[in-house]
Amino acid sequence: MASAKEMKSVLFGPILANNPIALQILGVCSALAVTSKLENTLVMCIALTFVLVLSNVSISIIRNHIPSSVRIIVQMTIIASLVIVVDQLLQAYAYNIAQELSVFVGLIITNCIVMGRAEAFAMKEKPGMALLDGLGNGLGYSVVLLTVAFFRELFGSGSLFGLQIMPLVTEGGWYTPVGLLVLPPSAFFIIGGFIWVLRTFRPEQVEAKE
Amino acid sequence: MATKNDTIGKTFTVIILLCLVCSIVVSGAAVGLKERQQANAALAKQGNILSSAGINFSGRGAEVVFAERVKVLSYNHQSGEVTSYASLPAMETALVESSATSVQNSAGVRDMRAELPVFAIQGEDNDDVQSYVIDVRGAGLWGMMYGFVALSSDGQTIQGLNFYDHSETPGLGGEIQNPRWAGRFEGKKAVDEDGNVAIRVVKGANADNNEVDALSGATITSNGVDNTFQFWLSEKAYGSFLTKLREEGAI
Repeated sequence: MASAKEMKSVLFGPILANNPIALQILGVCSALAVTSKLENTLVMCIALTFVLVLSNVSISIIRNHIPSSVRIIVQMTIIASLVIVVDQLLQAYAYNIAQELSVFVGLIITNCIVMGRAEAFAMKEKPGMALLDGLGNGLGYSVVLLTVAFFRELFGSGSLFGLQIMPLVTEGGWYTPVGLLVLPPSAFFIIGGFIWVLRTFRPEQVEAKE
Repeated sequence: MATKNDTIGKTFTVIILLCLVCSIVVSGAAVGLKERQQANAALAKQGNILSSAGINFSGRGAEVVFAERVKVLSYNHQSGEVTSYASLPAMETALVESSATSVQNSAGVRDMRAELPVFAIQGEDNDDVQSYVIDVRGAGLWGMMYGFVALSSDGQTIQGLNFYDHSETPGLGGEIQNPRWAGRFEGKKAVDEDGNVAIRVVKGANADNNEVDALSGATITSNGVDNTFQFWLSEKAYGSFLTKLREEGAI
């Protein structure tokens, strides 16, 4: 069994030290698409973490039996099945959010974080560690997405989780929303800002000049 | 170990077992959750019917408001008979049992049943019908567009329009769902005194002529919406129902 320290670094490492979005710049597509509302974002984060943990664990369990010639197909089959299950669950228990997330749940299949962790980690490590790794990376993804969604919803629609914080001018309040933040490209700016702040405090993440 | 795994026999065994397990998981989820999903879809449909008529149900839930204010009917456009149902699922089950026949039209509707759904929306405090919602569909650019049209109780004025399911391009044809565009239909005449379809969707529309401006960048979608109206409001579909409303008042 791995030492407690190692387990801790696998679980918490991806949150700030080795964040899948901020450092590896993976999974940015969904970070742009689903972050206009915190509620949708939270569901998306849970969905991705669920898929990531289960795909990591199941791939890790059968890692010694996967023929290397078809390993990507095996990983994709497992990931795709899990994504369909998540999609079905959302349609059964969170119908409205499932409608809004639409294709982006399905697109978890092609999310590089899931494939990346399967190939880079789960193929080599024991199921327990793979579980922690999946959870850690899911959390890392969630931290960035929720931060982006927080700013986008607060300043784009003046609300948080659908609750009006700053009354809009259109509804007789005082706050004029920033239209740009409702649109997907604004997530680029916020992710950029996130990375900037992160690298200011952790200079070791800055790439060496070429 | 790698060489042992890479034999053809082992590869096939692993793949086949994996596919079996995955298909059981996927079909298990699909079958096990079907009932809940259908209930959700029915609830969403009730919400769509209500919002097409401009009824706000956010405080109390679509199901409650629907049960309270909506009479589920069907209209047989061949015999002119009106049938009443206890609930939306009851009507859908009854309609599924009747057979559909193919029909000649430009809206891309392949076949239709003699029985057409009609939802009579009653007023908030009284039983007078304030609007009738009819069920329409037509081909857009990428696929069928499904919508509800709310008409005033005399069957002439459009009170609301809600395309709730379509596969048009987001931002272009997908704008048919935009309340701002759908809102332009409000107050327009659906049919004239003689029962001819009056509403048109055209480029460079003149509001005085009962026209609604087509969506820019979405000509085929806009034409689809126009064709949808031309077909469903005509004698081939709801036309005789609207005549009945015009002549006899609310049914």
